[in-house]
Amino acid sequence: MEPVIHLRGAVGLLGRFPALAGVDLTVDRSEIVLLQGPNGAGKSTLLRLCAGLLPVAAGSAHVLGVDLVDDPTPVRVRVGLLAHATFLYDELTVADNVRFWTRAARADQADGQRAMERLGVAGRLADVPVARLSTGQRRRTALAVLVARRPELWLLDEPHAGLDQEGRDVLDALVVEAAAAGATVLIASHELDRAAGLAPRHVTIAGGVIVADSAVDRVP
Amino acid sequence: MFRDARLIAAKDLRIELRSKVTAGQVLPFALLLLVLFAFGLDPDGPTLAAATPGLFWVGVLFVTVLAVERTFSIEGGDGVRDALRLAGLEPGGIFLGKWFALAVQLAVVELVMLGGVVLLYDRELHGIGLLLASSLAATCGIAAAGTLYGVLAAGLRVRETLLPFLLLPVLAPVLIAATRAFESALDGVPSDGWPWFNLLAVFALVYIGIGILTFGSLLEES
Repeated sequence: MEPVIHLRGAVGLLGRFPALAGVDLTVDRSEIVLLQGPNGAGKSTLLRLCAGLLPVAAGSAHVLGVDLVDDPTPVRVRVGLLAHATFLYDELTVADNVRFWTRAARADQADGQRAMERLGVAGRLADVPVARLSTGQRRRTALAVLVARRPELWLLDEPHAGLDQEGRDVLDALVVEAAAAGATVLIASHELDRAAGLAPRHVTIAGGVIVADSAVDRVP
Repeated sequence: MFRDARLIAAKDLRIELRSKVTAGQVLPFALLLLVLFAFGLDPDGPTLAAATPGLFWVGVLFVTVLAVERTFSIEGGDGVRDALRLAGLEPGGIFLGKWFALAVQLAVVELVMLGGVVLLYDRELHGIGLLLASSLAATCGIAAAGTLYGVLAAGLRVRETLLPFLLLPVLAPVLIAATRAFESALDGVPSDGWPWFNLLAVFALVYIGIGILTFGSLLEES
């Protein structure tokens, strides 16, 4: 079966400058992979490259069968990116935001309502403008949008940041369920105690290259 | 494409209804301009009456800069521009949606400004057909060029100062044609104004076409 992520010597382009130093990474369907590394190692950049948001300057990059060198746009609607930014309109309510982004992605509105309930932002919070939410509530709303879109590839950048214990438990459950349903999950995190238990495979990135991969290290 | 345009336009108009930036800030600014023009040109003298069409459209252009700045500032918050790229929306649809929402807001401001001209400048409105048709065409053109140059400047740190610098020269033909059409209508000879309406319509169609075709590339670069 074709891997979901297949990068060979991939270098992204941040503006006019190269980012990453030639990443080799293969991730199969339904895998949950923890991407760890120090600040500035290239974790977020790698996630953005996989989402099709960064041009590939060198090497090859295929995500969900799409050649990102040729045209990254077809892959974008099939991935769910949870970044440091929440991708929400401050002036719109929680329900408005979830409705807008699920419609934009041609996803089912019922999935949006279910995701809001699962993340605890339905009911009273649904009619509150995002600008008035706490950091954790904004994070939950962003997650609700991601879940409602039913992406084939989840790209989570510090997903536990800002969430309370209950939110973290819900997030972990959602990740496990998504992988069981066939989605692939790539988690960039510094919270190793939390994320390491969630992801059977650990990949370490430093200086823009993969320096350790538990899947490769296991091979005799 | 039209489905995406409806989605974006509804979202932009809903944000305006919630935030009331156009109603609370842009509209009062437009009326303030009319008052200041009257102070500067003696409301009882012939100069203000002769200059009314030009002042009206200069006022609209100033308002446009504010409205365009606003329409792209809502896309600049918390990574929303990346989210638009990830959403799978057709770039042409995003352009049309933002163009339509901007045009609606400008049209509302122009209607109120027209009322201000009648009340503050004591002008009677003649040639209503030409006034409305040329306003509609000019608004469509202004909104199309504004949407195009708005996304061009959106990703830049100096966008607040760069946007008027880019946009106002481009809108000079609209200013000239709309002013001439208004002069003809207000002077009671609308037949002289219809050729200017044609120019406004061509400008609008050209910029809408360019916007649909190039918005994707500009969004990627912004």
